[in-house]
Amino acid sequence: MKLPRFVSSLFASALVSPAIFAADFSPAIIYDMGGKFDKSFNQSASDGTARFKKETGIEVREFEVTNAAQREQAMTRFAQRGAQIIVAIGFSQASAVEAVAKKFPNVKFAIIDGTVNLPNVQSINFREEQSSFLCGMAAALASKTGKVGFVGGMDIPLIRKFAQGYADGAKFVNPQAEVFQNMTGTTAAAWNDPTKGGELAKSQIGRGADVIFHASGNTGSGVMQAAKDAGKLSIGCDANQNYIHPGSVLTSAVKRVDVAVYKTIMDTKNGTWKGGSIVLGLAEDGIGYSLDEFNRKLITPAMEAKLNQAKADIISGKLKVAEYKVQ
Amino acid sequence: MSAPQKLPRWAELGLLPLINLAAALLLSGLVVKILGESPWAAFKLLASGAFGTQEGIGYTLYYATNFIFTGLGVAVAYHAGLFNIGCEGQAYIGGLGSGLIALWLGDRAPFFVVLPIAIVAGAAFGAAWALIPAWLQARRGSHIVITTIMFNFIAASLMTYLLVNVLIKPGQQSPESREFGPQAMLPAAHELFAKIGITFSPSPLNLAFAIALLASALVWVLVWRTRWGYALRVVGQNPSAAVYAGISPSRIIIQAMLLSGALAGGLGLNELLGSQHRILIDFPGGAGFVGIAVALMGRNHPIGILVSAVLFGALAQGGAQLAFDMPKINRDMVVVIQGLVILFCGALENVFRAPLALLFRAKGEK
Repeated sequence: MKLPRFVSSLFASALVSPAIFAADFSPAIIYDMGGKFDKSFNQSASDGTARFKKETGIEVREFEVTNAAQREQAMTRFAQRGAQIIVAIGFSQASAVEAVAKKFPNVKFAIIDGTVNLPNVQSINFREEQSSFLCGMAAALASKTGKVGFVGGMDIPLIRKFAQGYADGAKFVNPQAEVFQNMTGTTAAAWNDPTKGGELAKSQIGRGADVIFHASGNTGSGVMQAAKDAGKLSIGCDANQNYIHPGSVLTSAVKRVDVAVYKTIMDTKNGTWKGGSIVLGLAEDGIGYSLDEFNRKLITPAMEAKLNQAKADIISGKLKVAEYKVQ
Repeated sequence: MSAPQKLPRWAELGLLPLINLAAALLLSGLVVKILGESPWAAFKLLASGAFGTQEGIGYTLYYATNFIFTGLGVAVAYHAGLFNIGCEGQAYIGGLGSGLIALWLGDRAPFFVVLPIAIVAGAAFGAAWALIPAWLQARRGSHIVITTIMFNFIAASLMTYLLVNVLIKPGQQSPESREFGPQAMLPAAHELFAKIGITFSPSPLNLAFAIALLASALVWVLVWRTRWGYALRVVGQNPSAAVYAGISPSRIIIQAMLLSGALAGGLGLNELLGSQHRILIDFPGGAGFVGIAVALMGRNHPIGILVSAVLFGALAQGGAQLAFDMPKINRDMVVVIQGLVILFCGALENVFRAPLALLFRAKGEK
């Protein structure tokens, strides 16, 4: 018997009352070492779960790992306790997702910034080089000295991707632009070292940089503070950080981790979730540069026009942003 | 400073640490209460998370294995009067040694060949990382605390360089090596138990725990039952007397640090060959620093180290369980509890000594 779709969905909603469904649906998220409140990457993911919770009233269970062994442990635990979707935040969770997803083929997994080739895993990656490119352009356009800075967290491929896109963007606007690059450290502490971030920013400012982009998690709060103290500009990362120092944060390289997290959980709830690889770039609105009331005055109409032109060209394929190649 | 009051041996080794631990837990309970959760329920979760299930016990002992290796490392150096803060770096580099062997031989040599070579390589790399600070201390008087801390940072930089540029598996974001071959993986406890017909829940607990126990026994024999161990303790307690007795302190200092680094290097067996099966960034995860607390709490004696390593393992595992089941208690709270335990058992260990000594004296006079 074939029923019209709306009738069958009526049936379905009558059989499964929303309250029961809400109680049964149990998504989970595992943050990485940076922690849920890093004002950046992990927090952006947390915003996505908050939005899901607000809209549906369904609790998202969460865990913040403190060592490598806990990733697999927490994932297994969530899977055993009946989570339908487990979202792993950060590339370092890839091997744990692979191991646990194999053991629980009926549980759905999503990994942000990593790739796991299993049918029950959704691998969500972002084209950070595109947003970094636009931020590099913005930096070079706003710079008076022709010198711009970059402060990375840890020297890993992901951060080099940011650095390369940024430098390319700056040079695209001003081929003579000088780009200073520093990495904060070599341990996980590099993501949470505002003091050192501030020192690096100060030294770059001392060498003449007047716009500094950070891709360093919570270390960036020091970078942005140092730029503000010196009357220079900074560029935020991952989350929209324009509000932190209004008038001093030129823009932010926004990575919509929140949207990705929200969507993968929501899709699971709605039954439209699919495994496989998802790449979010400018075209998908997965990344971008932020423009709001806090930096409206810093981005002149001329700058905005150029940025939007570049954005359109990148989307149409006219302007190719080099991808960072992992060896 | 007055000499510490004498206590009966059982009180010294058993009662006093227990009182300190209880005080730390009491204060932690207060913090839990302030956060709006029931301290008793939290404590029960912590205990049952660490010891209540086979899986929990597995994780507890797995963490404890790391702490035994680094705790022994700290203790051996301590007996020579040296405060080795560098176990973190020595474990990191030691793990590199074991890991390189595992990458190289893991799929071309049998397990019983790979394991001994990996153990020796881990010990050798760990010892090598301790050599320069040891030499600087013995011959130049550069303070070991400073140099070993600096070497932790050098180790981290070196490892990040190697993992990002040299050892990384091509085509991935994460700075990790490829997976070891099957012959370089230490059998997990549940696999070993399965062979003799006992079912045990899967956990990362592996053969490295047995190696850690063996290392503890060896350290005990070496420090308390050999001539070298005697020389070691003499140097630690009175270097001038050591010289008078014909012992060369600088030689003992270097040897003690080498052994210390070698023991710390054992961590790689547990973490890499036993559990992660690849070399990854920052794998010691602070175990080198926890080792200091473990050694101090365990009075630098292998049995004490074993007990306190299990305690810290239980805090790590039970704490994760706590964070998992009580959303109000996050991972930072677990660090607070660990910090309080270290505070009471390490820094404030004499707070309850005087009243306890008075109590015993009063009892003795009766």
